[in-house]
Amino acid sequence: MTAIMTAPVKLSTVETDYVAALESEAVHIIREVVAEFDRPVLLFSGGKDSAVLLHLALRAVYPAPLPFPLLHVDTGHNFPEVIAYRDRLVADLGLRLHVAAVQDWIDDGRLTERPDGTRNPLQTVPLLDTINEHHFDAIFGGGRRDEDRARAKERIVSLRDAFGGWDPRRQRPELWSLYNGRHTAGEHVRVFPLSNWTELDVWHYIARRGIPIPSIYYAHEREVFARDGMWLTAGEWGGPRHNERILTKSVRYRTVGDASCTGAVESTASTIDEVLAEVAASRITERGATRADDRLSEAAMEDRKREGYF
Amino acid sequence: MAALTSRPCEQVSSLLRLTTAGSVDDGKSTLVGRLLHDTQSILVDQLAAVDRATRARGGVSLDLALLTDGLRAEREQGITIDVAYRYFATPTRKFVLADCPGHVQYTRNTVTGASTAELAVVLVDARNGLVEQTRRHLAVMAFLRVPHVVLAVNKMDLVDFDEPTFRRIESEFTAVASSLGVPDVMSVPVSALHGDNVATRSRHTGWYQGPTLLEHLEAVPAGREAVAEPMRFPVQLVLRPRTPEHPDYRGLAGRVASGVLKVGDDIVALPSGGRSTVVGIDTPDGPMPRAAAGQSITVLLRDEIDAGRGEVLAHPEQPPRVVTELDADLCWLAEAPLRAGARVLVKHGTRTVQALVTELTGRLDLHTLRPTEAPTALELNEIGGAQIRLAQPLAVDSYATDRHTGNFLVIDATNGNTLAAGLVGPAA
Repeated sequence: MTAIMTAPVKLSTVETDYVAALESEAVHIIREVVAEFDRPVLLFSGGKDSAVLLHLALRAVYPAPLPFPLLHVDTGHNFPEVIAYRDRLVADLGLRLHVAAVQDWIDDGRLTERPDGTRNPLQTVPLLDTINEHHFDAIFGGGRRDEDRARAKERIVSLRDAFGGWDPRRQRPELWSLYNGRHTAGEHVRVFPLSNWTELDVWHYIARRGIPIPSIYYAHEREVFARDGMWLTAGEWGGPRHNERILTKSVRYRTVGDASCTGAVESTASTIDEVLAEVAASRITERGATRADDRLSEAAMEDRKREGYF
Repeated sequence: MAALTSRPCEQVSSLLRLTTAGSVDDGKSTLVGRLLHDTQSILVDQLAAVDRATRARGGVSLDLALLTDGLRAEREQGITIDVAYRYFATPTRKFVLADCPGHVQYTRNTVTGASTAELAVVLVDARNGLVEQTRRHLAVMAFLRVPHVVLAVNKMDLVDFDEPTFRRIESEFTAVASSLGVPDVMSVPVSALHGDNVATRSRHTGWYQGPTLLEHLEAVPAGREAVAEPMRFPVQLVLRPRTPEHPDYRGLAGRVASGVLKVGDDIVALPSGGRSTVVGIDTPDGPMPRAAAGQSITVLLRDEIDAGRGEVLAHPEQPPRVVTELDADLCWLAEAPLRAGARVLVKHGTRTVQALVTELTGRLDLHTLRPTEAPTALELNEIGGAQIRLAQPLAVDSYATDRHTGNFLVIDATNGNTLAAGLVGPAA
């Protein structure tokens, strides 16, 4: 457990104060949803944002146990460290976890593998099928408005139609801190308690609360190969190709997603302080640095959200 | 004023929520882009994307507006359709900016952005001066009682940084603002395109002695108002773990909406009327002696009174009003107009009740900024007064005295859509 635990770090007064304000806002949002919805679920990828989201949810209901399950939409292209982290956390905290495995949908023909092998866009169908199967009515996600231009337009409590679709032109106005989650049968809401957080805020919060995160967020030696200007990890799902050379480098991950399209950055930051300093000095966004799927087009995220993506 | 120097107040003051408003082509997106750019909040890959998009549209110099126009339709039409939230920070403050579109038909977005804002930046094109949209935006900011308003007279470079032009717009704007009751107005001459007086002082405005826009945003007081108001604690949910460690725990979870709550305080729960004493303020980090506006906490009471979701805890000497009739102002946000006789839901704090709109009492003319006779209907984007009868009582404050507990939503009971932003009127 020590490998993933970090000691809380002292932050400056300014940072402490606004991070505390963001925490209170997120806890308020989570409590509103717990009170008003019948069947919430928390999307948990094992990434840092979902780790923070889970920590906030536990705080929101403390000392009561978490009154809803977690859902992991599993592309099958996983970092073993992340799955180990997920399973340990679920066991330690006595949580309920649903896993929707993309592989199951491919195996029974509901989905077809894409020619490029990437599975990130394939997550939408298993997500929506699982929401329908369990009648989940509120889906907590760790999405942040600073991640993408389409996400910048997203509400904190955001209505989805029966197909999980997001219609940016039909969004409800969201006023004061009054969240209107009313929906009709078949509709559900996505809830984004971290809407107003930035990547740096997330790291400040992880440092301040000593939140455990997977070890791959810290610098480690890894066999990687270069593709599209990113360092991808070698794995059975698509790399390296014949002309791509494997190198051993000291790297860490800024985001954790589908391993086939999530790149590592060269880094020697092995403590939370060093990671904080690195993120604060970075001149490139985490998605730009590490997500191949978001480089597809100007509106890649908007298009995926319209189809029901997180 | 000891309350203002303690931690809870500092906590809110290092975060400033602001909004922007301007009419089409005032350069609002450019100003927002400039603020982000000059605070190093735009990273190189985002800049590269803007550069590609600028060239794809035949542009030459970097079009900062493309940073903020996030939706495909917005980029295609070159307009902003929906509120976009932006984040930037300086060593002293973090800013949450609600960037609102300027089109007339999107007044509802301005209302959305202004509802949480402590400061509004209103843009005016130096060449055009105040236009009807400026008056409308100012009226909306005044209606929602945004405490601080900044006039940014933009495109000063296109009027040769002419002081009399700036002063003329400033005095007209200040006059309109004071007639609407806006408490704090300041004006700054800027060129968003070139960055003059946004984050760095302009070399062209030696006659201007005031702060740059960013200096003002860093210095403006924030968060004090809520702490100074009477204490209100809307109960969100009751936490009853019933675990071996906590067999009898019964905590009222919520966020202090205004004022300060302390252990030992006598409280009354409204509308039910039950009374008790605070014996603990609980957090996952341990007990706290006091909590202030904005903090999410769990309250432990001496007695098991009826204080579930929908109740508001207050000090008995400063209670909210318990009402079954609301005299309110509404900003109508729906396509279908509001008429007397409408059956709706009212969501106030943590309570939602059925309601009947019995009468429309007036309408604010956004051209003259004067109230008119009672209308037969309230149309999309109109602001007007209404009498609302409630099926169950609500514990409310006047919006004029407490921005945080005097607001409500009007909701369509059939499809759940948000129909109006509501402001509780003064006590009769």
